[in-house]
Amino acid sequence: MKIQEKTVSPHNFEECMKCTICTAYCPVLQANPLYPGPKQAGPDGERLRLKDPYFFTNSLKYCMNCKRCEVSCPSGVHVADLIQAARIKYDKSAPKLRDRILASTDFMGTLARPFAPIVNGVTSLGITKTVLDATLKIDHNRTFPKYSAHGFEGWLRRHSKEQAAFPEQVAYYHGCYVNYNFPQLGKDLVKVLNALGVGVQLLDGEKCCGIAMITNGMSESARKNANHNIAVLEKAVDSGLNIIATSSTCTLTIREEYPELLGADNSKVKDSLLLATRYIFEKLEKGAQLKFRSDFHIKVAYHTPCHMEKLGWGVFSEKLLRMIPGVEFTLLDSNCCGIAGTYGFKKENYLVSQAVGAPLFEQIKTVNPDVVACDCETCKWQIEMSAGYKVMHPVSILAQALDI
Amino acid sequence: MKFDTVITGGGLAGLIAGISLQKEGRSTAIVSSGQNALHFFSGTFESMKESPARLQEILSEAGIRANYADGVRLMPMGTFRESALSLEDISLFEKPAFARKALIVNFMGYHDFFFSFIADGLQKEGIEARVRFLRLPEMEHLRQSPSEMRSVQIARIMDRIWEKVVQEIRLLLKDDDAVILPQVFGLQDISVPGRIREALPAKVVFVGTLPPSVPGLRTQMQLRRRYETLGGTFLMGDEVKSAHIHEGVVHSVVTQNLGNHYLEADSFILATGSFFSKGLISTPESVYEPIIGLDVNASDDRNTWYNPDFAGKQPYMDFGLVTDDDLHPFKDGEPIKNMYAIGSVLGNTRPELGTGAGAAIRSAFKAVDSILSKA
Repeated sequence: MKIQEKTVSPHNFEECMKCTICTAYCPVLQANPLYPGPKQAGPDGERLRLKDPYFFTNSLKYCMNCKRCEVSCPSGVHVADLIQAARIKYDKSAPKLRDRILASTDFMGTLARPFAPIVNGVTSLGITKTVLDATLKIDHNRTFPKYSAHGFEGWLRRHSKEQAAFPEQVAYYHGCYVNYNFPQLGKDLVKVLNALGVGVQLLDGEKCCGIAMITNGMSESARKNANHNIAVLEKAVDSGLNIIATSSTCTLTIREEYPELLGADNSKVKDSLLLATRYIFEKLEKGAQLKFRSDFHIKVAYHTPCHMEKLGWGVFSEKLLRMIPGVEFTLLDSNCCGIAGTYGFKKENYLVSQAVGAPLFEQIKTVNPDVVACDCETCKWQIEMSAGYKVMHPVSILAQALDI
Repeated sequence: MKFDTVITGGGLAGLIAGISLQKEGRSTAIVSSGQNALHFFSGTFESMKESPARLQEILSEAGIRANYADGVRLMPMGTFRESALSLEDISLFEKPAFARKALIVNFMGYHDFFFSFIADGLQKEGIEARVRFLRLPEMEHLRQSPSEMRSVQIARIMDRIWEKVVQEIRLLLKDDDAVILPQVFGLQDISVPGRIREALPAKVVFVGTLPPSVPGLRTQMQLRRRYETLGGTFLMGDEVKSAHIHEGVVHSVVTQNLGNHYLEADSFILATGSFFSKGLISTPESVYEPIIGLDVNASDDRNTWYNPDFAGKQPYMDFGLVTDDDLHPFKDGEPIKNMYAIGSVLGNTRPELGTGAGAAIRSAFKAVDSILSKA
């Protein structure tokens, strides 16, 4: 009996009590009848797959990996991990060219950035969208993220001397988005941390966290990135640095997906990797001060990204925003925006993606804020395109509110 | 992070306590590891023979519509049970023979609604009963994956097409004076059950389905929204792993997601539920409380935990935390002075009789009063 008690099943799947609560919270199940749902695709299907891989079905690709099933599970089953792990284990089909392109954020960023004005111009053309839709099945309704001509890494390198002068130092895992698409967020972070007396350094050559590779059937590439990033992060931790990130998804991937899905040991770095909002909140809690403008007035509605929900750290973004004088704050209901990284870019998922996000877009329109706050770059694209409201990272709002 | 009170458990007990404290200007956080027993809620606050004004106030401020009347209600297996305080979805009758002829309507392919048992039960009371099925094109896609044809999935569709269902039922109605429907209405739009009642020329009775409970899920969403509107911090999907206790006083709790960022508070409420919610854990050797290792009133002899009569009263359902009159739990025989245990973790509930809601609410109010009385 003692042995039975100490048996832990992979991703806790034997803990499933068949209560079906996860199915009530799955956003895909509400919009896509082709998806068997988290209970069937996860623990129920796993039982069958263990008997015979024949029972693996390709419909598992409709899972958005939003993790809402895991957040709602009363029994601690890692439902979404079970589904993604099954895809890694059983789906041997080679990823399509389209999926490779969407997943290779680092590679595409490196290619596109030097030609940013041209690339941005071309990708926003109707004809380009039509061609991409017809050839690669990237939905023509999508607005593409713009590339920035000057990357964040180059900018921070140019300022490395003045950053090194601050008494305290952190390393910043900026991710692909800040480097290739939106360096301003990185600059905003530097501004806020500098105001707290903290200098910002680059890591010694970070790579994409790999989440898009995991969900697009490129787990081998993801594993390589994971091992590389862990080594880079360990080096920073060994030199006594905390590591700060601004993307909730990159953070969740490095903290949770690396060990759960890729078998990569992150134990030496996990506790040192913090989201910027948590790091800043903890600084202020310990007595650090920020000086805010007196003329700053803004109505903010905060959307908790699904991966932030899973991390459980949305509370730090919320408390920080509430702390800013002049912020009128609304916490939006916990709903998925529907984009789920590269998922919503695919033609076959576009309608599902929009249907999933509809309740969130509706609520945003009802609240009618000046700006939606959110820690996730892909939620930002989706909400800006579909609800028509400007989306800002909490750190950027903080940076704007500072009196410097 | 520092709060006045940190509540572990986001079910009915935890939410009622959290809302009550926020209303009095206290700052609170609720840590909820997964969803809770509200997802199995019958719609009736069983064992609430009284209906305190403060509860009605909380419910109505959260937008929850409840009625208070003595009566009986029709159960999912076709029996009747005495009930009182109930959600508006629930019909209460003076006596089980509440109608002459009943039309029971189910959806084609939906297996979580026990129409045959209900028909049998009604016939025992002298009510004529017939069953009819609706087949709607809007629901056909659910039938592709029968394992997912669940109450909540149907309810999402019903929020959109309930008027069409009313039309279909009108066509089926003859001289029936009652219509029995599964409880799959009003998930988002709370007014739907009432509007269906108005639209049909017969008594409309909504009867419970297998979980998840649609009125329960809606009640959970309404209470959580109310709690957050009052400024409460709801940490969904996080789990309290341990507590820092010094000389019988809890200083902070440690959670799975927050790691070395502790949640500090002046007082702590434990509303972690029973075995299902892992407020209590049973192993082949013992029954224990997993966060702190609080004292549990379980016997050491495993053979005494069970009643061989499966449907009889099971001793293990009495197991719960040992507390004093103020609901302070004990650790190694000593009370924890700033902690309160509420809801099903106290034991002595009978899920098969649905006594959990009443116990949750009463103990939540008691703990809240005690916390507020200490300035």
